[in-house]
Amino acid sequence: MRVTSPATRRRPQAASPPASVSKSTSKSPSGKPGQQLHKRPPLWVRLRDNWVMLALMAPGVLFFVGFFYVPMLGNVIAFQDYQPFIGFKESPLVGLANFQELFADPAFWEAVRNTLAFAALQLIFFFPAPLALALLINSLISPRIKKFVQSIVYLPHFISWVLVVALFQQVLGGAGLVSNYLRDNGLSALDVMSDPSTFPLLITGQVIWKDIGWGMIIYLAALANVDQSLYESAAVDGAGRWRRMWHVTLPAVRGVTIMLLVLRLGDVLSVGFEQFLLQRDAVGARASEVLDTYIYYHGVVYGDWGVGAAAGLVKGVIGALMIWGANKVAHAFGEHGVYSK
Amino acid sequence: MSSFGFPLRGKGERQRIREERPAWEEPPSKIGSAAKAVVITVICAVMILPFLTVLSTSLASREEITASGGFVLFPSEPTLEAYRTVLSGGIVSRAVVVSVLITVVGTALSLLTTIALAYALSKRGVPGGKPILLMVLFTLLFAPGMVPMYVVVKELGLLDSYWSLILPVLINAFNLVVLRAFFMNIPEELYQAARIDGAGDWRILTRIVLPLSKGVVAVVGLFYAVTYWNAFFNAMLYLNDSGKWPIQLVLRTYVVQNKSMTADQLGIAHMPPQQSLSMAVVMLALLPILALFPFLQKYFTKGVLTGAIKG
Repeated sequence: MRVTSPATRRRPQAASPPASVSKSTSKSPSGKPGQQLHKRPPLWVRLRDNWVMLALMAPGVLFFVGFFYVPMLGNVIAFQDYQPFIGFKESPLVGLANFQELFADPAFWEAVRNTLAFAALQLIFFFPAPLALALLINSLISPRIKKFVQSIVYLPHFISWVLVVALFQQVLGGAGLVSNYLRDNGLSALDVMSDPSTFPLLITGQVIWKDIGWGMIIYLAALANVDQSLYESAAVDGAGRWRRMWHVTLPAVRGVTIMLLVLRLGDVLSVGFEQFLLQRDAVGARASEVLDTYIYYHGVVYGDWGVGAAAGLVKGVIGALMIWGANKVAHAFGEHGVYSK
Repeated sequence: MSSFGFPLRGKGERQRIREERPAWEEPPSKIGSAAKAVVITVICAVMILPFLTVLSTSLASREEITASGGFVLFPSEPTLEAYRTVLSGGIVSRAVVVSVLITVVGTALSLLTTIALAYALSKRGVPGGKPILLMVLFTLLFAPGMVPMYVVVKELGLLDSYWSLILPVLINAFNLVVLRAFFMNIPEELYQAARIDGAGDWRILTRIVLPLSKGVVAVVGLFYAVTYWNAFFNAMLYLNDSGKWPIQLVLRTYVVQNKSMTADQLGIAHMPPQQSLSMAVVMLALLPILALFPFLQKYFTKGVLTGAIKG
């Protein structure tokens, strides 16, 4: 570490140790809280001393304000008859009319129903899958095979949904590999990609294919941290392979599992937007409309801004409530959840 | 036990496994390990097969594709004709250039701003640090909604501009938390020593913090790069002009929706079979990810865990 600048800069912050500050205030006679030299320096001094830090923060803060908090306020258009040409400052307020229209729309309820159905499927089939795979991989002894399998299952996480859908089409589509093979052998072709009745399974399968490896990482880490002596003493006590898994391994991943479950519940209304959007043409809106696609089509494509924003707001609020509620439940079970009490 | 789809290498490996197996753990039964081997082989095959199909079809020749009715798993005479065609100018080549540009510029800007904010938030005593941190963390719980986002991008005049693919996703709060956690783990003594030597905040960041955090910065950078490369929805939402499309949108239109590419759009006179063209586009969209993956691999587990545990 070479620092070449002359040591004549302003005094380092750490030079006024906080301990002495508290001592001096406690010793000082009552009444005047020592406003002399060593309280917290006045704001402008702190701003001046930290100007580099403030400058470093500025772009990031601008970003979060501009692309998170401003759009957040922009949710007012859920209560407006938003007219794109006059902007949301001028558009007339209409109270809850958008919400009334939204709740009266059967397509909205269909989207809600689909969303919940897909979410339930994912909870049942996708959620435990990474844990199962982690247990399997963890049970392998050879580090080389472990690594090999891991790198293969991680890969799909990094490709886009467009690519995932394209790849699935190549394998399972009407002109795909499997259909081709079946036709060559005199069987009827099957086109899983455009069949509304099997669409929920296809969607779940795609999610598992894409993210099982990614979801596994955190479980693997939890498993690697298990105290090996626990296994040893369990084995000495006569616990077989399965009992060790039940009494040592699974309790070790309980906290992580509950944390992930809470997160999943908070996100339950987002079941995979791009995935649905991309396959909507093939299976039709009835089978594939979820809340996010509903918001997209109504809000942006059909120009029904107010209703789209209202649907988005409903979704966001329910999501936040779900996280809060799920966390409460996690605390009740004595787990940390996502944030502590 | 060499049935994992690839052979274990000789006696050395077996010996090693025997030694690494904990004394208390009995070796698995024959049936058990066979079942495990089958399951793992199947999983790996399911993961790899789609990639293989695409790769080989993109390399197959016209005759072979016609003969097989669309798919070729092992092309006998691989040809790069399809790649030459889609890259010879026209919409696909342009899309590749757009995607590369957005990925490079976006990743650089994202890294700069994320590092800067994460560093400032990792320090105690910066005025406003705490509320700003809370402000950032809150964004992890709630999303502003697609419609207001669109309206904001529109009112900023970013529609149909490449900036609409970069600015709205400039900083990812999760990546920020990962970086901040890492910076906070750098021993305080290092900072103090540098201060005593007269280094300012800026110098400490560039000379001490960044060199120490190359690995985590690489992970975050690669995460950003993947996001920009995969950008699909924002491009669809904000770019109406098909001349500005990045590769993912082209992929969607000509492969997923199966609209055929005309010779005109590709800027060529005669066409290789549609099938291999499509697959060549898929491969182009995939290649950078495949190229980055080995590097990603090395670091990302650590990066993810830092975020998950400290966040």
